[in-house]
Amino acid sequence: MSSPSPASLLSVRINGEPVQVAVQPHHTLLEVLRYQLDLIGSKQGCDKGDCGACTVQIDGEPQLACLTLAIHAEGRDVTTVEGLATGHGGVHPLQDAFDRWDAAQCGFCTPGILMSAEALVRKTPRPVTDPEVRAALAGNLCRCTGYTKIIDAVIDASRLMHTDDETADGAGQAPTRPAAAAQ
Amino acid sequence: MLRMPRFSVQTPATIEEAVTALQSPGARVVAGGTDLLPNLKHRLEQPPVLVSLSRVEGMRAVAIDEATKMLRIGARVTLTGVSEDPLVREHFGSLAQAAGLVASPLIRNMATLGGNINLDTRCRYVNQTAFWREAIGGGCIKSEGNVCHVVPGGRNCVAAMSSDCVPVLIGLGAHVVLVGPNGRRELPIEDYYVADGTRHTTRDDGELSTEILVPLPTGPRRCHYSKWTVRGSIDFPLISVALRFELERDRIDAPITAAHVVAGVLGARPRRVTRLDDILGKALSDQGVASAVAERVHKQCKPLENVPYEAPYRRQMLRVHTRRAIEALVAAG
Repeated sequence: MSSPSPASLLSVRINGEPVQVAVQPHHTLLEVLRYQLDLIGSKQGCDKGDCGACTVQIDGEPQLACLTLAIHAEGRDVTTVEGLATGHGGVHPLQDAFDRWDAAQCGFCTPGILMSAEALVRKTPRPVTDPEVRAALAGNLCRCTGYTKIIDAVIDASRLMHTDDETADGAGQAPTRPAAAAQ
Repeated sequence: MLRMPRFSVQTPATIEEAVTALQSPGARVVAGGTDLLPNLKHRLEQPPVLVSLSRVEGMRAVAIDEATKMLRIGARVTLTGVSEDPLVREHFGSLAQAAGLVASPLIRNMATLGGNINLDTRCRYVNQTAFWREAIGGGCIKSEGNVCHVVPGGRNCVAAMSSDCVPVLIGLGAHVVLVGPNGRRELPIEDYYVADGTRHTTRDDGELSTEILVPLPTGPRRCHYSKWTVRGSIDFPLISVALRFELERDRIDAPITAAHVVAGVLGARPRRVTRLDDILGKALSDQGVASAVAERVHKQCKPLENVPYEAPYRRQMLRVHTRRAIEALVAAG
């Protein structure tokens, strides 16, 4: 059993890289990411679990960094929005779709929404449906978009990711933005 | 930005070590942290030490105990885990339903069933920032003051038990297992709660809840959990009702042999609705059964001004939600 100490050395993988950082026991993972590791993509919104702006993935599950004790990340795999595009040539298909669909307005909720959405599209072995996206994003508040463009973007990204699986010529090709979204 | 007060954290590796660590004065358990951390950030508690269950082996299994005919659910199973577990879904659909309705998917990925049964009581005058509470004159009997803003002159805290799983577990006759320095004890979850919002469970400070035991169904039944919230997600319930009807045969028009109705979000203790004898022997689908149960709930449950929305409105909605829940059970067949 570890004894109480003012700071302890946290060993964690962040976006695939092993990181060691001295953390205070009363600091959250979000505070360590933002203020010690300069990973400011994860946002500090309500800071009490209501808004989802701080969503990161811990061992692949979307969770709230603002309610995670930093030391609870010991030995875990943490992915933040900064690591989302790793393995996707710099831009994740979700990020690309958010751009095309104007799914980010002020952008504050976007990193958290991307992390929730990525877990959904990764775990779903086919294009996702509207109710699935709504359920998966039910913990992420957006005060700008009214959600419609976000949901459309996630569905579109998921559809394209599965098109890419089946036909090589779909890869890298800019899809046509449906007319309904162009208003 | 809400910062936490300073504390130290212990990370025991076994239940025994965790119980030993809990004997330290003022120590608090942290598992998912989704209830405790906001309360710490709001300075509702300032424990010198947190005992983290992050490294503790076990307490994460869901399994049927053939000897006792109980489903054993480890206290560290997450609410996502409870809502998606095949055994829970097969035998206790209303528990899977309640666990899947807690807050948001993000919270459910972190929060545990043990945390949900030990969820602190909530009140609109308590779950606010320290600055807010200072502005209403220095808090109340549950925070830093000595008055009650809900019941003027009241000396008993009426903060509401807002857990979604607890009314369901009471209705299902579940038991909670506690491990302390003097060993293990097991008690009906109905007796776990007391009507005092400042200390609403009978758990000793040095005890750890390790397991929840739910008796397997012995016959056909219909169960449902109904929760009314401001929004479709994230929010705590404004009212909640857990229903369980034991039936003579596995048909919606079979006679009811037993009825268990439990309402949440009233005071610190969920309320078991009584005097349901007149519906026994009738079918759930009979004309008037839904409204008869709804009237009993409305008569016996009196919400207070302790959570959002006015108490009289919430009382009316208890009747509406109970009736709709039974109608939904009938419609589902």
